[in-house]
Amino acid sequence: MTRTLRHVFLALVLLFLLSPIVVVGGVSLNEKKSLYFPPQGLSLAWYVELFTQEDWLVPIENSMVIATLSSLAALSIALPLAYFLWRYRVFYARALFMLGIAPFMLPPVITALGFLSFWATVGLYGEMAATIVSHAIFFVTLPLVTISLGFESIDREIVEAAETMGADSRAVFRTVVLPMVRSYMVSGYAFCFVLSLNEYIIAYMVSGFTVETLPIKIFNALRYGYTPVMASVTMFFVLLAALIFGLIGRFGDLPRLMGALTPESRNT
Amino acid sequence: MIEDKPGSAGARLIILYPAATLVIFFVVPFGIMLAVSFFQREPGGFYTTEFSIENYLNLFTALFGRVLAFSVFISAFCAAVCVAAGFPFTYLVTRMRRRAQVIWLVILVSVLSLSAVIVAFAWSLLLSQTAGVSNLLVWLGLMEKPVSWSPGFWALTCGMCYIAFPYTVLVLYPPLSRLDPHLPEAAQTLGAGPLVTFFTVIVGSMRSAIVATLIMVFAFTLGTYLIPQILGRPQHWTLSVLITDEAIYRSNLPFAAAMSVFFMVVSLALVGLTMLIGRQKGPVTR
Repeated sequence: MTRTLRHVFLALVLLFLLSPIVVVGGVSLNEKKSLYFPPQGLSLAWYVELFTQEDWLVPIENSMVIATLSSLAALSIALPLAYFLWRYRVFYARALFMLGIAPFMLPPVITALGFLSFWATVGLYGEMAATIVSHAIFFVTLPLVTISLGFESIDREIVEAAETMGADSRAVFRTVVLPMVRSYMVSGYAFCFVLSLNEYIIAYMVSGFTVETLPIKIFNALRYGYTPVMASVTMFFVLLAALIFGLIGRFGDLPRLMGALTPESRNT
Repeated sequence: MIEDKPGSAGARLIILYPAATLVIFFVVPFGIMLAVSFFQREPGGFYTTEFSIENYLNLFTALFGRVLAFSVFISAFCAAVCVAAGFPFTYLVTRMRRRAQVIWLVILVSVLSLSAVIVAFAWSLLLSQTAGVSNLLVWLGLMEKPVSWSPGFWALTCGMCYIAFPYTVLVLYPPLSRLDPHLPEAAQTLGAGPLVTFFTVIVGSMRSAIVATLIMVFAFTLGTYLIPQILGRPQHWTLSVLITDEAIYRSNLPFAAAMSVFFMVVSLALVGLTMLIGRQKGPVTR
């Protein structure tokens, strides 16, 4: 009895999580410009339109550039901070770590308005560079937490052994530390990349009127009525996220990363 | 290699870059926002630097009160629904084989990473007249003709729960996977059925984790901005929508900043409360 109950419950959760995606997937295959499910006629025309029409290609390019560069910047901030935190037990390193995870604890609209006030004051409001830097700071939490986890997993005895054999800090970093945290860096980058690609409110507040990212484009397009292109762009996002997280799940330690990324475990 | 203090100036240089970027691009923006909340709006521009507390006094309006009350209500409601469904679900996931756990986690993280625009669009399609579930009900003979259920209160609830549910599971996942598996076994040896075990032993020993999760999911849903705009009607707008509306469409940055500061104080209080609860954890973990 409880076994059946369990399976019914799990199936209902799966239904809840997947049914919006199934409907969107179906709608994206409509042959004519209509939103029927099940689709009427099958065609991939709306995917072709997504990657050939100028008004979709520009936001795709903007989003890709922002996600690529902001994740790289986030990684460049997180790596030295996590390294320093691992090597030296000083209070200001811990304080900076708390600062690094703070953007993630607050409602995003607050951080977004902080960035807006800042860029308006500095005079870079509306520039793509402002969006890139804002995303880098907002998402720095992800590589910071994953890379710190990587440092924690290094066996201190290996480091000591390397030092005994005459390696200096730089050699230890290059030959022992870096190879061991590399996969955590990749995971951190991937999380950052996907979330930056999907982020709306900060990109919108910082430079939404001049630099149209893909989520902003979708939202603007929704106001002029729904088309199957929106369904195809949604599927593009879903498949990309599933692919990237699938790869992390396959090659990385997702259960352990999950334990580190959720705030509950940070207290312990 | 592991030392108490960085020995040389060169070692300190490593931290200089992350420290500088975080201070300049995170602490300074918050400082500016705090300052702007005491300034005056400038028509056509951003703000003028005349000090006044008028923006904070303007918080005491009927509209702000109504929006705040609705935001709190819908977030609390979604948090309750998500934790009620998410707790047993997470428990079941943590008892699965590792491979199955990873598959569920991939699905949950993928859903969680989706842009709110996309989630709102997907749900408005799922609840629409031409592609929605009502067509299925018509086909099954339960309804006469397909109808549209979006926008509306329940559409909004569905959309918000859709993004809050994966978050809930990921917050509950670490404490539940640390739960000692001998605990439910002991209860069952003593004659408790599986459901009794679940409600008394597992829920009981996770009480503080559940309360902490409720607060965290509540704070998370308070931040949703796009979903109320697409799946809700104007009376369903939340504080986040109001702040953005004020900042972008009415170009009243000072008033938006004052609302944000108020919102931040509320959120920080919630985070503090969560940490306080997290400290009093029982000894029932592995």
